[in-house]
Amino acid sequence: MTDWIAAARAVGSDVAARHAEDVDRQARFPKESLAALKERKLLGILIPERDGGPGAGIADVVSVCHVLGQYCAATAMIYAMHQIQVSCIVRHGGDSSWHRAFAKRLVDEQLLLASATSEAGVGGDVRSSVCAVEEKGGRFSLAKQATVISYGADSDGILVTARRTPQSPASDQVIVVVPKSGASLEALQGWDTLGMRGTCSNGYHLKAEGEMAQVIPKSYADVSAQTMLPTSHLVWSALWLGIATDAVARARAFVRAEARKKPGVMPPGAVRLAEATSQLQLMKSNVVAALRRYEAALGSEDSLSALPFAIAMNSLKTASSQMAVQIVGQALLVAGLAAYRNDTPFSLGRHLRDAHSAALMVNNDRILANTAQLVLALRDDPELLA
Amino acid sequence: MSSSARDRVRTLLKTTGWLQTDIDTLGNDADLYVAGLTSHATVTLMLALEETFDVEFPDSLLRRRTFSSVDAIVEALAEIGVNTEAV
Ligand SMILES: Cc1cc2nc3c(=O)[nH]c(=O)nc-3n(C[C@H](O)[C@H](O)[C@H](O)COP(=O)(O)OP(=O)(O)OC[C@H]3O[C@@H](n4cnc5c(N)ncnc54)[C@H](O)[C@@H]3O)c2cc1C
Repeated sequence: MTDWIAAARAVGSDVAARHAEDVDRQARFPKESLAALKERKLLGILIPERDGGPGAGIADVVSVCHVLGQYCAATAMIYAMHQIQVSCIVRHGGDSSWHRAFAKRLVDEQLLLASATSEAGVGGDVRSSVCAVEEKGGRFSLAKQATVISYGADSDGILVTARRTPQSPASDQVIVVVPKSGASLEALQGWDTLGMRGTCSNGYHLKAEGEMAQVIPKSYADVSAQTMLPTSHLVWSALWLGIATDAVARARAFVRAEARKKPGVMPPGAVRLAEATSQLQLMKSNVVAALRRYEAALGSEDSLSALPFAIAMNSLKTASSQMAVQIVGQALLVAGLAAYRNDTPFSLGRHLRDAHSAALMVNNDRILANTAQLVLALRDDPELLA
Repeated sequence: MSSSARDRVRTLLKTTGWLQTDIDTLGNDADLYVAGLTSHATVTLMLALEETFDVEFPDSLLRRRTFSSVDAIVEALAEIGVNTEAV
């Protein structure tokens, strides 16, 4: 276990778990866990040493998300979304002095970054924007009807997608780093949802201003394909795996308690628990394999923008999101009413509600339609151990 | 065949709705993504190129850059054996 994973475990069990129920019930920002994550310097771990960070890798972040997901899925999702934004800056801010200075602040001040990709008029189609970057004398302004910005109110900065210029087509996008000081948020819609309630994913009318240097130089198409999309699908899948892992752990605790009461008699839920355990293994293998694949591709822009890679990363998301719900459902059957009730150590209501967000967080139908397009062009089926 | 591969690629881009800018106003090195080509349309474009030139793009060429301009497309076609000079 790395120090980061140990720290995440401590934050999860000592802080996040304690407040998870209240966070969920009140649909409030998990401020205690985020404060603990900041205190343990877990927000800036991806920042490379040259910019003052410890230079952790994607595997470390994925592991932390997996741990946090076992205690409070909202905390895990906030951490995950933050790290997606940080990855984009670290990997594509390049040698831009603005982005490097900002990266240093991310470590020193443990800033929390949010994301504004979704927009009224394009729905979940993150590869299209309505709003545009308007340049004037080296400065920019933009205004976005952001349908969802998770923890927008509690963040220290937001990464915003927009068309490159007011003349650009919807698909020619850039992504802009906007510190909170350069943004104004006017709340449009609240967040009273089935699950992931603590992410406080309100809708806002976002207005931003700043220097053109804040625009990430690479086109968003590349940032998305090479970093944002694979990183999102990896960190999300890891935390959904965390939710499923805790659900199975609760079901196992229930079955073990039954087995203790009647030694020698196989509890009725045990077989289904075995089945859930096997599904969990499948889900975990899938996450780990995709992580290894991403790590192997990291050094090469060609591998990162190749079709088989995109298909693999899309498939990771659609599969993990479905498996999370299935596994929690299995665990629910194992522990029965004890899991269905909201007041037992085996309760799984929150797990189930949180897991259901996975399929619609960038809708699976949309991702499948995109994959369907890509498989039309796919040729070779790689070797087993390729 | 009387037109060059370059002309045929340009005709293809003109007659389909993939670009938001008229191809006639764009040079051979113009960025097609800036002109509105989407990731989705890229796959359709590839299939149309395969049909037009009776070739198959190997996985190694299936990346954004391959379709980023008329010149890039012609270069890729040459790489997979299309005679790209006017015949
Ligand atoms: C917990 C959570 C946190 C989020 N946080 C953020 C955030 O911080 N920032 C942010 O920008 N966004 C965030 N989002 C929003 C997310 O990225 C998607 O934009 C959103 O989930 C999609 O919303 P939608 O279902 O209304 O729209 P759509 O994706 O448009 O889907 C609506 C319906 O249309 C169908 N559909 C539409 N188009 C297609 C298509 N092309 N192919 C197939 N089906 C289609 C879908 O099946 C679906 O039923 C968050 C979402 C969740 C659940």
